[in-house]
Amino acid sequence: MRAAVLRFPGSNCDQDCHLALDFLGADVHYVWHKEESLDGFDLIVVPGGFSYGDYLRCGAIARFSPVMRAVVRAANEGRLVLGICNGFQILCEARLLPGALVRNRSLHFLCQDVHLRVETAATPFTRACTPGQVLKIPIAHGEGCYFADDATLDEIEANDQVLVRYCAPDGSLTDGANPNGSRRSIAGVCNRERNVFGLMPHPERACEPVLGGTDGRFLLRSLLESLPNPGIHAA
Amino acid sequence: MSADPAITPEAIARHGITPGEYSRIREILGRDPNFTELGIFSVMWSEHCSYKNSKPELRKFPTTGPGVLVKAGEENAGVIDIGDGWAVAFKMESHNHPSAVEPFQGAATGVGGIIRDIFTMGARPVFNLNSLRFGPIHGDGASVKNNRRLFAGVVAGIAHYGNCIGIPTIGGEIYFDESYEGNPLVNVFCLGVLRHEQIARGAAEGVGNPVFYVGAETGRDGLAGAAFASRELTEESKEDRPAVQVGDPFKEKLLLEACLELLATDAVAGIQDMGAAGLTCSTCETASRGGTGVEIDLALVPRREQAMTPYETMLSESQERMLIIVKKGREDVVRRIFEKWDLPYAEVGVVKDDGMMRVNDHGVTVAEIPAAKLADDAPIYHREAAPFVPPAPLDPATVAEIDPGVALPALLRHPSLASKNWVYRQYDHMVRLGSVVRPGSDAAVFLVREAGKFLAATSDCNALYCKLDPREGARIAVAEAARNLACSGAEPIAVTDNLNFGNPHKPENFGQLREAVEGLAEACRFFDTPVTGGNVSLYNESPAGAIDPTPTVGMVGIIREESHITTQYFKGAGDAVYLLGDPGSGLDASHYLKALHGRKEGLPPRLDFATEKRLHDTLRGLIRAGLIRSAHDCSEGGLALALAECCISGEAPWGADIDLGNIAGRADDILFNETQSRAVISVAADRAAAVETALTSAGQSFLRMGTTGGSDFRIRLAGRAWTWPLAGLREAWYGAISRLMEETNTQ
Amino acid sequence: MRAIVTVMPKQSVLDPQGVAVRDAMHHLGLENTGLVRVGKIMEIDLGASGPEIEGKLHEACRDLLSNPVIEDYRLELEP
Repeated sequence: MRAAVLRFPGSNCDQDCHLALDFLGADVHYVWHKEESLDGFDLIVVPGGFSYGDYLRCGAIARFSPVMRAVVRAANEGRLVLGICNGFQILCEARLLPGALVRNRSLHFLCQDVHLRVETAATPFTRACTPGQVLKIPIAHGEGCYFADDATLDEIEANDQVLVRYCAPDGSLTDGANPNGSRRSIAGVCNRERNVFGLMPHPERACEPVLGGTDGRFLLRSLLESLPNPGIHAA
Repeated sequence: MSADPAITPEAIARHGITPGEYSRIREILGRDPNFTELGIFSVMWSEHCSYKNSKPELRKFPTTGPGVLVKAGEENAGVIDIGDGWAVAFKMESHNHPSAVEPFQGAATGVGGIIRDIFTMGARPVFNLNSLRFGPIHGDGASVKNNRRLFAGVVAGIAHYGNCIGIPTIGGEIYFDESYEGNPLVNVFCLGVLRHEQIARGAAEGVGNPVFYVGAETGRDGLAGAAFASRELTEESKEDRPAVQVGDPFKEKLLLEACLELLATDAVAGIQDMGAAGLTCSTCETASRGGTGVEIDLALVPRREQAMTPYETMLSESQERMLIIVKKGREDVVRRIFEKWDLPYAEVGVVKDDGMMRVNDHGVTVAEIPAAKLADDAPIYHREAAPFVPPAPLDPATVAEIDPGVALPALLRHPSLASKNWVYRQYDHMVRLGSVVRPGSDAAVFLVREAGKFLAATSDCNALYCKLDPREGARIAVAEAARNLACSGAEPIAVTDNLNFGNPHKPENFGQLREAVEGLAEACRFFDTPVTGGNVSLYNESPAGAIDPTPTVGMVGIIREESHITTQYFKGAGDAVYLLGDPGSGLDASHYLKALHGRKEGLPPRLDFATEKRLHDTLRGLIRAGLIRSAHDCSEGGLALALAECCISGEAPWGADIDLGNIAGRADDILFNETQSRAVISVAADRAAAVETALTSAGQSFLRMGTTGGSDFRIRLAGRAWTWPLAGLREAWYGAISRLMEETNTQ
Repeated sequence: MRAIVTVMPKQSVLDPQGVAVRDAMHHLGLENTGLVRVGKIMEIDLGASGPEIEGKLHEACRDLLSNPVIEDYRLELEP
């Protein structure tokens, strides 16, 4: 199975994603933002960073890059697309995912561990998890407050599109455990077809004991198990 | 062509050039300089670029050693071997004055500048640290509000630049003191990693080689910032706002990637960043290092503003620019790479053999100066140094004891000692997957994956000690940095420093500088940590007077094995807790005295090198033998504060029951004195005997103080006892800065 | 032709910057300050004019300059 990690000029989690996927046994390749084709890739990862500087809105300009046209095509073909942090913002801007990410409630950039409650295992992105499972994974963003209007929120909840929410260590949803003011504590959503997933937390930063946690593997391993010839290392 | 202003005595003085320096310029040129040349001399001969007031002192530093691959002062940053063909380049630099005027951009461009210094060496930057000083932030006065504004702005600026470019900011230190009111210190540190054979040089080599300008277009921003940094801040400094540059971290990210890609091709003969004094500094320094000349034409320089004069173009400090000397015939490589990264580039000149820095504008020569004389022959001043007068020791009878039950939480709440999570949560400190020990322990530990090495890094300086005794304070700064590394399991390899002092024309300030430099030099020799370079920032004064002398030390060490990585916090219940070193006495220069009694007095604690070294060796020995679970340096706030931090600074707090027996003396003295060469360790119960045997055979004094566990931190001493529930202590310490910054600003 | 594009957060979107500005205004003695919204203004020199450009401009406002999920825009044209 082949995974692509996109590289925009301002991507800065590209190497981290590559490393984590490689560590889990995927055949990972970088794809430059000026490329127009993603043929042959089963999984496309849009990594974190500041794509094109993000001076207008996070992800606003990346959306128009040549490679993003290929991402839209791949998503429409049913291939798996994962957006992490800035990647989530880009996928929302590209309308591949519902909603938008706005400035954190505190107005500060926040880098810290958060707890996430897995809401459903019925996606290729969370199948290695159990519903209600709590994962500890870091966030690092200034604009990660998830926003969508009530109708959209009701709809994505009805469709089981919310995959992870910010929670307290015991899994309860409290305002204090919501780091950025996201509506309904939403940390990550998928599309209606369930093949495109975006989340603000960084699973690739929680894949090794030496870095203080391995809960990110649950998400990345789900992905690799969902794909042909996973070849996963024993974790 | 716009007519340049005349060279009048006023114009010369306005450029900060003395009559003596002007005669020297005339001697070098054999004529009067024109206006552009005057500007060029003024920036190159500013303290920031020439170190004209501090050079004789800086020569006292040890700069050589078996691991030193590039020495301090040779290039933009020193390079140190870390084994297996890998090396690190690291350096600290100040951006104090720009940050005082515009904290966000001042701090952001400081980060940008130090990162460029590192990748100019051919190294990939892997992490940042910073050392910050501000005026007090608690209270409600106008100056306090301004201090909070500066603090918030600087932190946001550092976060903005570092986070965007994707280099983790993994540690540092922050103190608050009246002496920094209106003149904050912003010292930023960057470390990069490279192969030995990748070291890039900043020399214009090869006559006939083309000179390329790459990176952002030149504007009028930051005109003569180096000269600005070499003056005292006054009430009028606010009017100097145009002198502050605006940074673009996205552009720097492109520049970084493009330069590293280019340096990997062997097409580059020399490379130099355009930092302070921009185009001026990079052209004359590369020519001087190469023993060559450089001729450029300003008409070819990419510019973003119209009608810029040669003076403005040469002195601009626009950010994110580099000068690259390309091997003739390899120009296409540059074009291909910079086009890939969508960055401006232009061939602006050529390397000559005549030793001149020649600047043309549309073919007309507008400046012509012998490059080596401009770069290296700035006047050197031997300033008058006031002799050191030792302060009177503190008379303890004048210090009323504050009940430790109250004093400890009060100290933990003090912004200088409280948790800095409000700050480091704003920094992306995890990107690049190397942050093994995150901010909040004695030293940050980073896994450099390329090299397979664990590096530990810390920055330290107790400016209160330095104010009262600059030499001892500087020695302690180095010792404390080395102690922090030892507690983390690391062996120090080298040091960078940032000397922040007041106006050197005042003998008292220059005396402090000399004493501090000599103290740093002694300690660096003793610990065998050569100085790889750094920065001098003088003229740190505000209307209220000079800052406390602040010779910040950044130290880097190597941890041999992953299992040796040690953190400061307790790891579980039932572990034995030891003090290594002596309980000591003396509240002189302590934070207890300063923070709770408002007194900056007394004779700072003395440092004995041999005792200190024994502690470090003992700590590393215990760590490598796998005998201890935590180790924490005992510094500001004394033993009680160190113990409290061991209890509450980890992810899961652990209580402790401490019994200090019947040590004679006042409780506040025993708990809060800052005697040097001490650490607190915790040991699994079944290892305690082995640890005690090892300590005894090493000749290391120690005291078994108690056991970890429970939900309280308890101290018993000479029949008295204090109990602090962990939750309250942790909240006092963890939330202190956040409460001051978030609640007081919005009330 | 020159376009002035004003982009504002939608009324339903929390605007923490606006809240912070309002609090600061209160702090400065302007206690009666009510709602504050922080948006952005873009001045765009189009170099040409005509109905076709105007149409494209609205498209750009919707797709690039604002995000309709969270923002509204107002477009003014100057000759």
